[in-house]
Amino acid sequence: MNDSKSSFLSRLALALRAGWRILVDGEFASGVQQLERGEWPSPVAAVAEPPKAAALRDTLPESALQLLTLLQQEGRFVDFLEENVTAYSDADIGGAARVVHEGCRKVIREYLHIEPVREEAEGARLTLPAGFDATAVRLTGNVVGQPPFTGTLMHRGWRVRQITLPKLAEGHDVRVLAPAEVEL
Amino acid sequence: MSEVRYAVGIDLGTTHCVMAAVDLTASDRDAVVERIEAIPQLTAPGAVEERLMLPSFLYLPHPDELRAEDRVLPWDESPPFVIGELARTMGGRTPIRLVASAKSWLCHPGVDRRAAILPVEAPEEVARVSPLQASMRYLEHLRAAWDQQHPDAPLTEQDVVLTVPASFDPVARELTAEAAAAVGLSQLVLLEEPQAALYHWILASGGEWRKQVRVGDIILVIDLGGGTTDFSLIAVTERDGSLELVRVAVGDHILLGGDNMDLALAHAIRAKLAEQGTSLDPWQLQGLTHGCRNAKELLLSDASVECVPVVVPSRGSRLIGGTLRTELTREEVTRNLVEGFFPRVDAAARPAGRARAALTKLGLPYAQDAAMSRHLAAFLGRQVGATRDLEGFAGRLPDSATFLHPTAVLFNGGVFKAQSLLERTLGILNDWLAAENAPPARLLAGIDLDLAVARGAAYYGYVRRGDGVRIRGGTAKAYYVGVESAMPAVPGMEPPIEALCIAPFGMEEGTQAQLPPQEVGLVIGEPVRFRFFGSSVRRTDQVGTVLEQWTPEEVEELEEIEATLPAEDRQPGEVVPVRLHAAVTEVGTLRLEAVPRVGTETWKVEFDVRGEG
Repeated sequence: MNDSKSSFLSRLALALRAGWRILVDGEFASGVQQLERGEWPSPVAAVAEPPKAAALRDTLPESALQLLTLLQQEGRFVDFLEENVTAYSDADIGGAARVVHEGCRKVIREYLHIEPVREEAEGARLTLPAGFDATAVRLTGNVVGQPPFTGTLMHRGWRVRQITLPKLAEGHDVRVLAPAEVEL
Repeated sequence: MSEVRYAVGIDLGTTHCVMAAVDLTASDRDAVVERIEAIPQLTAPGAVEERLMLPSFLYLPHPDELRAEDRVLPWDESPPFVIGELARTMGGRTPIRLVASAKSWLCHPGVDRRAAILPVEAPEEVARVSPLQASMRYLEHLRAAWDQQHPDAPLTEQDVVLTVPASFDPVARELTAEAAAAVGLSQLVLLEEPQAALYHWILASGGEWRKQVRVGDIILVIDLGGGTTDFSLIAVTERDGSLELVRVAVGDHILLGGDNMDLALAHAIRAKLAEQGTSLDPWQLQGLTHGCRNAKELLLSDASVECVPVVVPSRGSRLIGGTLRTELTREEVTRNLVEGFFPRVDAAARPAGRARAALTKLGLPYAQDAAMSRHLAAFLGRQVGATRDLEGFAGRLPDSATFLHPTAVLFNGGVFKAQSLLERTLGILNDWLAAENAPPARLLAGIDLDLAVARGAAYYGYVRRGDGVRIRGGTAKAYYVGVESAMPAVPGMEPPIEALCIAPFGMEEGTQAQLPPQEVGLVIGEPVRFRFFGSSVRRTDQVGTVLEQWTPEEVEELEEIEATLPAEDRQPGEVVPVRLHAAVTEVGTLRLEAVPRVGTETWKVEFDVRGEG
C-alpha cells in the first residue's frame, strides 16, 4: 500500500467514504476502532477473497530442456528417438535400448524421486472414499453413483515426490541438448 | 577466534574426496550428531549439482573449450580449471588435459612433487600443476563448499582431520599437511585411513562395539580403495579395566585398487571383441569400462545370473546402428577378477616382483603383482611378530605360526560391495588360519563402504576432544640414517653403510625422540644428504641403535634426506658435528632437526629433496 503517498484530495474522499461506512457498517466501525488503538485487524477479516482467475499458464521450457539434456547425456534419449527404427532388426534395437534404459533410469532415479500413486498390486480391488484426489486417481468405465467407489486397480500411477535438478549457470544455453563433438 | 563448532573429517582419496562433520555442540558421548557434507560441483558445462563424493580429478581446459559462464561455481565466478564430475567426463574425451591420481603422485618417490609435472602426457602449451598443487585445489574446493554451507563456521576455524593411507611415507604426510596448511586449515591432524574406517565402525555400532570384540583380538583392516590397497593390524588390549585399541602394524603402499579391476575386465572384453574383428577406440573403451563395472556388480551380487549383456554406445548420433553389444559371463569375471585379484594361494605365497623404491621413469609405480591375496600373505607373514611384545599377547600366537593370526576382519572400500569378493577374501584368510589350527576370523560388519573413512575421521575429531575410545599406535616405522662405517675402505668398493636409529617405532603425536649419542658431520654452506631408512618390523630398536646389516624385508630404503647449515658467522666448508633429532608433530608428521654440539640453534632436515637432485 502506498497511502502515505496519496494526495490530499484522494485522502479527503477516503475520509468521507470511511466516515459513511463507520455509520452504517458495525463490523467496519469496530475494525477502524482497532486500527485507531494501534491494533491491526486480523488479516482474514481485512483481505477479501480474490476472484478465481482462469488458471492457465505457460510453463517455462528451461527445466524441460534441462531434463531432456540429462536424458540425452546419460541415456542417448534424443539419439534414440531421432533414429528410424524400421531399418533395424529387433536385436539391434534391443542393444541400443539397453543404453537408453540404463541411462534414462539413472537420470530418473537421481533427479526425480518417483513413487507409485497407489501401493496396492495392479488387479487388486480397492475402495475410494468421498473426497479422493481426482488428479491422482482417474475413474474409468462405469462411472456412476456416489462415493465410496469400489473398483479394480488397472495402473498404479506414478507421482514425483521430489525433484532436484542441477543448478544452471546464468547465461547457459539450455537449448543445446548435446553439443556437436569435433575431435582434433 | 570463534569457538570450534564442528569436527570435520576429509577423505582426500585417490579417486574420490568425501567430507563429513560431527556437530560438537550437539553431540554428547555416544549420541553423535554427524552428517556427510554435500559438495557442489560442475556435472556438465554450466550445471552445478551437489554430490556426496567429489571425484579427485582436475581438468585444465583450453581457453576456447569452455565458456567462462559454463565454469561458474556457487562461490567462484569462473575458475580457470574444472574439478569433480565434469573434470572426469571431459578427461575421458581429452586425457592430455586431465590430472588424475594426484595422491599417488604425491607419494611417488621418483618425482619432484612440487614441480609442475601433471598431466604427464600434456603438450607444452598446457600449464601443468604439481601433485602438491592438485591436492591443494581439491582441498580449496572442499573448503569453499563447506564455507558456503556454513557461513558462520568457516572451515579454517574448525578441527579438521585429514586422512592419509597408513602406508604413506613421511614425505607424503608432510606434503599433505603442507597442502592443507596452504589452504588455511591450521587446526589439522592426520589420521590413517584404515583407522578412520575402524572409528566409523565404532561409531556405527552405537556403543555396541565393546560387545563385539574382546581383549586379545587382532583386527585386520583391509581397505581397498579406488587406487590403493592399505592393510593395518589393530590389537584389542585392556588398560585400567577398559578396552583399548592399539594399531600394531601397517602394510606397504600398494598401488592397486578397484579401478584396476574394472579396467582389467574391460581389457578382457576388448580382447574378446578384437577376436571377433571389432576394435575399440579409447572413448569406447571408457564406455566399456563403465558397462563392465555395472555388469560385474550384478554378477558378483546375484549368484543365479550367468551372463550380463554389456553394450558400448556409438560415439556418433546413430545409436542403433553403431552400438556394440557383447556380454560379460560369470566365467570371465571369475577368471579375470576373482582369480586375477583374489587367487586362492597359501599363506607362504609372496607377490611376484616388488615395486622398486625409487623409479626414475616418469609413471606411477603400480603394483607388479595384481594378486591382493599374495600382498596380504606377505603382510601377515612379515608382521608375525607384531604383537610379541604387546602386554597380554605373550603366548597367544603359537611359536610355529608363520604369519600373524587375525581374529577379526574389517573390510572397507566400494569393491567390497560385491559380497562374493568379501567372502572370497575372508575365505582365503580362514583357510590360512585353519592350516595353522587357528580359529576362523570374524567379520566386523556394518560400515558404509564408500563414506566410512570421512565419517570415521570426523568421529575421531570428536573423540580426541573427549573421552571416547582412541586407537593408539604412533608411527608405524622406526627410522634410521645411513652413516659410513668406521671400517677401513676397500679400494673399488663403496664404504659400507650402517643404519643409525634416530626415531623408534611407535612415536606418538606431539612427542620427541631422544638425541642419539652419535654425531654426523655437516659441511657449512653446502647441502648434505643422508641415506634414510625405515623399518616396519624392528619394534625394539632405540635411538642410537646401529644396524650393521639388514635384509630388504626388514629395513627398506626411503628417499634421501638433506640438511643445509647456513654459513652465517662460520667458515664455509667447515665441518660441524651435529646430532639428528626426531619429533612427531601434533599434526602427525615426522620432523627431523640437526642439533649442533654447541649453541641453541637447530636446522630443519628436509625430506623432499628430489627437486634439486
